[in-house]
Amino acid sequence: MSRNDSGMRKAKELIPELREAFWKDVMVPGSSMDLNQSLERAGRVADFLEFAELLVEDALHRKESCGCHFNEAYQTPDHEALRNDDACCYVAAWEFMGQGQAPRLHKEPLVFENVKLTQRSYK
Amino acid sequence: MSVTINLTLKVWRQKGPDARGYLETYEAKGISSDMSFLEMLDVVNEKLTLEGKEPIAFDHDCREGICGSCGAMVNGIAHGPQKETTLCQLHMRHFKDGDTLVIEPWRARAFKPVKDLVVDRSAFDQIIQAGGYVSVNTGGAPDGNALPIPQETAELAMDAAACIGCGACVAACPNASAMLFVGAKISHLALLPQGRPEAAKRALAMLRKMDDLGFGNCSNETECEQVCPKAISITNIARFNREFLKAGLLSHER
Repeated sequence: MSRNDSGMRKAKELIPELREAFWKDVMVPGSSMDLNQSLERAGRVADFLEFAELLVEDALHRKESCGCHFNEAYQTPDHEALRNDDACCYVAAWEFMGQGQAPRLHKEPLVFENVKLTQRSYK
Repeated sequence: MSVTINLTLKVWRQKGPDARGYLETYEAKGISSDMSFLEMLDVVNEKLTLEGKEPIAFDHDCREGICGSCGAMVNGIAHGPQKETTLCQLHMRHFKDGDTLVIEPWRARAFKPVKDLVVDRSAFDQIIQAGGYVSVNTGGAPDGNALPIPQETAELAMDAAACIGCGACVAACPNASAMLFVGAKISHLALLPQGRPEAAKRALAMLRKMDDLGFGNCSNETECEQVCPKAISITNIARFNREFLKAGLLSHER
């Protein structure tokens, strides 16, 4: 299983369309004044559609392959995941900047004091 | 082989805890015999949603019989006619084309209705909070063979611990008693050495809480055992009674 930038760019275009269709066509029966399981589910789908876009955003931003997060553009000569520890050794925390606005990236650096980062090998 | 059947459902609809409930009739058409009961309700709900009507509210989670979330009375039997299954494990192949199914929520004073088939079973949580635990210090795990437990005892404790707390026992009982549930919870702890130190306190506290919450007592109807999806035996109720007597007569707990 792998990803590539062109596939992700396509997904980035399609998700907002899908989300717009969701918000336009969604039908939630019942009321908001009592237990409404349909509303609960619609809320989850709305969350997924937002999260999916951010997921693609983050994946495009990361110029490396990390384990199973395998981007075809970044691989070793024998097709193993190629990490980029100089640029990508951080946890990404994306801040919501409002509807339709690009999220802002906050990097939480991963600091290893006793371990030297290496490429994992199953050979 | 998969066949499709058509059913008539009479489903309990109730807008909220204080609203008046009623039975609404629905036609469930083209139901695959491979479906579970909950999937059949999903199909009905999908149709209701597309018609702009409010779907039937029902509890569910794992849909593989281990979480204890689902449950309804089907033609008066908790979790339906199939033995030792929860409602999610009940398949539509057990019903015939043209059958009429009356689907109602658990009914008990201690289980307050929420909506349609959903009832509030937090009374069970309160009973567990009253004593359904063992107080163990944190730290390193004890050595495996430090505390020998006979295989037979371990099996009895595991049988009692199979209870998923679904509430079918209460719904099936004419007294809406939680004795099988509490009996199972008392037993799985009381049978093991780790549960002994707090056994007396536990038996008294859980029984008191059960009474306070409005559950009835046991009058040996054995309906609970019949509907229990985990086949919890009523011998657990007998053990609960013995634990209660021991606590009252032989311990300093009051």
